[in-house]
Amino acid sequence: MTYQDPTGKLSEKLLDRAAPDRAAFEDLVIVPLFAVVVALILGALTMLATNVDLATIGKSYVALLNGSVGSLNAISETLTAAAPLTLAGLGLALGFRAGLFNIGAEGQILVGGMATVIVGFSFPGMPAAIHLPLALLAGAVAGGLYASIAGWLRAATGAHEVISTIMLNLISYRLIDYMLRLPFIQREGRADPVSKSVLESAELPRLLSFIDPNLRVHAGIFLMFAAVAAVYWLLFRTRLGFEFRTSGESPDAARYAGMRAGLLIVLVMGLAGALAGLAGANQVLGVLGRATPGFSAGIGFDAISVALLGRSHPIGVLLAGLLFGALEAGGRQMQVDAGVSIDLIGIIQALIIVFIAAPLLVRALFPWGFSKLTKTSKE
Amino acid sequence: MNIELRGITKRFGSLVANRDVNMDIRAGQVLGLLGENGAGKSTLMNVLCGLYRPNEGQILIDGKPVAFDGPGDAIAAGIGMVHQHFMLIPVFTVAENVVLGVEPTGPLDHLDLKKAREQVREINDTYGLEVDPDALIETLPVGIQQRVEIIKVLFRSAEVVIFDEPTAVLTPQEVEDFFKIVRGLRDDGKAIVFITHKLNEIIEIADRISVLRGGEIVGGGDPSEMTEAELAEMMVGRPVSFAVDKTPARPGEPLLEVRDLVVLRDNDDIAVNHVSMTIHRGEVVGIAGVQGNGQTPLVEALTGLRQVAGGEVRFKGEDITHAGARKRHQLGFAHIPEDRQRTGLVPAFSIAENMVLDCYYDDRFSRGPNMLWKVVNETAARNAAEFDVRAPSVFEAVRKLSGGNQQKVIVARELSRDTEMLIAAQPTRGLDVGSIEYIHGRIMHARDEGDGVLIVSSELDEILALSDRILVMFEGRIVAEFDGATAEKSKVGLAMAGAVA
Ligand SMILES: Nc1ncnc2c1ncn2[C@@H]1O[C@H](COP(=O)(O)OP(=O)(O)OP(=O)(O)O)[C@@H](O)[C@H]1O
Ligand SMILES: [Mg+2]
Repeated sequence: MTYQDPTGKLSEKLLDRAAPDRAAFEDLVIVPLFAVVVALILGALTMLATNVDLATIGKSYVALLNGSVGSLNAISETLTAAAPLTLAGLGLALGFRAGLFNIGAEGQILVGGMATVIVGFSFPGMPAAIHLPLALLAGAVAGGLYASIAGWLRAATGAHEVISTIMLNLISYRLIDYMLRLPFIQREGRADPVSKSVLESAELPRLLSFIDPNLRVHAGIFLMFAAVAAVYWLLFRTRLGFEFRTSGESPDAARYAGMRAGLLIVLVMGLAGALAGLAGANQVLGVLGRATPGFSAGIGFDAISVALLGRSHPIGVLLAGLLFGALEAGGRQMQVDAGVSIDLIGIIQALIIVFIAAPLLVRALFPWGFSKLTKTSKE
Repeated sequence: MNIELRGITKRFGSLVANRDVNMDIRAGQVLGLLGENGAGKSTLMNVLCGLYRPNEGQILIDGKPVAFDGPGDAIAAGIGMVHQHFMLIPVFTVAENVVLGVEPTGPLDHLDLKKAREQVREINDTYGLEVDPDALIETLPVGIQQRVEIIKVLFRSAEVVIFDEPTAVLTPQEVEDFFKIVRGLRDDGKAIVFITHKLNEIIEIADRISVLRGGEIVGGGDPSEMTEAELAEMMVGRPVSFAVDKTPARPGEPLLEVRDLVVLRDNDDIAVNHVSMTIHRGEVVGIAGVQGNGQTPLVEALTGLRQVAGGEVRFKGEDITHAGARKRHQLGFAHIPEDRQRTGLVPAFSIAENMVLDCYYDDRFSRGPNMLWKVVNETAARNAAEFDVRAPSVFEAVRKLSGGNQQKVIVARELSRDTEMLIAAQPTRGLDVGSIEYIHGRIMHARDEGDGVLIVSSELDEILALSDRILVMFEGRIVAEFDGATAEKSKVGLAMAGAVA
């Protein structure tokens, strides 16, 4: 036996963490920044192509900025829009990390939100300290169970989760329509499908109403930050997270390591659904106050972009959620101030994703922004 | 076509993989490239074939400097590389794979597969490759897949052909055929670069050698004037002993008992056909056999990765026939799997994470739901140092390590655990002679501590050097048994070929 390391010096050296190299920094910070810039420029060109004059374009970008971060109200709107996107995005990120492409957040939001609404209008006289957590819990559990169906189908039968979550989305739309007409859910005296209103004791309290009652930002943003921390802890600090990441990176290695793939799939889907369910709860308790058909409003689909943009990392998802929240809030302002279509915001969002997904394209467009490209394509 | 590398330096961050390397590659010659794991051989060749751009230095082709902007440029210049990990599309045919990227097309971009097939046949005939252009890649054995890679390179009219550890995955017979092909290419005037850790191969085939250590050229010359011992010393910088330090085995009680084991392949063919064997404490049992005779399914069944169709497996008297991988780990199994990149490692994870891949749940590494990353990192650093894993730190992603160092991560993980039964498939694949010496020593050490050891290897020399008992597997059955101390290579070889079946 020759032990090459009698003094332990070598092993100490191996514990030194290398400073993050320049390429990683560029990928994480500079590429997204440039991507946003390019997307805005291309957005302007799109407006030009549709005969919007330069002054209006300038005005609309000023509106975008003002509407997203330009005032207290703007920031409040940005945060309000970011919370559900981030929550659902975290759930999807969890799935991506474990190798599951869950696109059922939309349905999970609906089902979770519906359960929350029912609990939210059902217990008059219950103290808020119990009622609110109970309503949130109902959303998380319902969303989690709903998503586990897809997880279970995958684990037990191999049915691909992309297909089954799409189907579950479609089922959830009709399910909500049906439920909203049930006598004990539908608001009295209404013919259209609208649920009863959430009681005040279950509402997520507005945070800044003492300044101005119109500031909509509510306690849901604490939920958002807590979820970011919890998902970070789960993924990178726990055994379960290690198992999730291993199954996502290499199912063969996970099997070799003795991890139980089926159980992990159901768990991941359940947790992802719970986070999406919380996003739904956040909407009905903090913004809408009741459920209507399609109250998820596409958040579950935007959350896919948020998760991808955030590279399935909790911090990244938070930043992406905030960016999308800002675009949404600013986009509304753009429409009001400059009269350009809200669809343009959709175009800009899509462009940002395209450029972030293609870092080489961004590097090629801005060669001076990056250290000289050394190829590492074959690693 | 002659190539000169002048002062090539390639850095990855602060790590210098190649430092001021000068090298000549000449037409009609085989250049053997030797060096320890992580010496920078693959990196240098990736620079030559345009995958990496050097930080400093120049490549001259026939005296004229060239700059490659990507592998496309290198291919256009006539440089082709057969990588260690093949880059073929399994569901495509041979011809489709060969023309991929340079498809011959007719009017309206119609893919002219007929022409492709003809061209493949032509290359086949010229170099005696004997590959069916219509066969699906996934149905071909590794040896033939490698030929497809060679055809791919020749199809792009390469004048310089680089082979990165081509023989690591080949059986002895396939190696012979491979050498015939290489000689044919050389006699045809092509320049060949050949990377290997097997010194006898270098002596057999190389006309000249260059030796890299720590990224720098430390020697070279004519291998026919050198012995294996000299070559080894030049590589690792110290004398290397090839003989395994082996005391006679003192087998104890039976540890792993296998009775009438039947294992099926994915397509329900019988892979392991009523195999019985017993492995005792304190002995090394080697399973010799040409690849594809059921060794892989046998190992998978014994480690709990493949369902058993019949028979019984007992460990220390306990029936574990249907126990899963986790259960066996906990009972004290260590497993060095055959396919390191797919099974044994998660390439995107750090060395530290990989070092606990199958023991992260252990009390030492986790408490409650939490991982104790500090302990993991320290353990990983100790293991990496002990097993000479060359890396800047344990936080480095495993995919950035050289091939041999990846293998060392697996071996370090499995051998540093407190185990009772070691099952190792190709434990030293891709390792340099110095590391092989060390790992063999560790395996004998485990044996002497009372572990049972089962080695599966296509290297007959490795089986002979390590085993106390040798079982020969042929078409799913154990067809012969030899005593490790007295076994003759030729007799084992005959049994492997089915002569006693
Ligand atoms: N993409 C990469 N990023 C960072 N470091 C790398 C990368 N590729 C290789 N290295 C480092 O460069 C060094 C040389 O690696 P290389 O693969 O060239 O070794 P090698 O001589 O081929 O070894 P082996 O015989 O084990 O295959 C190693 O220390 C390795 O960790
Ligand atoms: Mg290599």
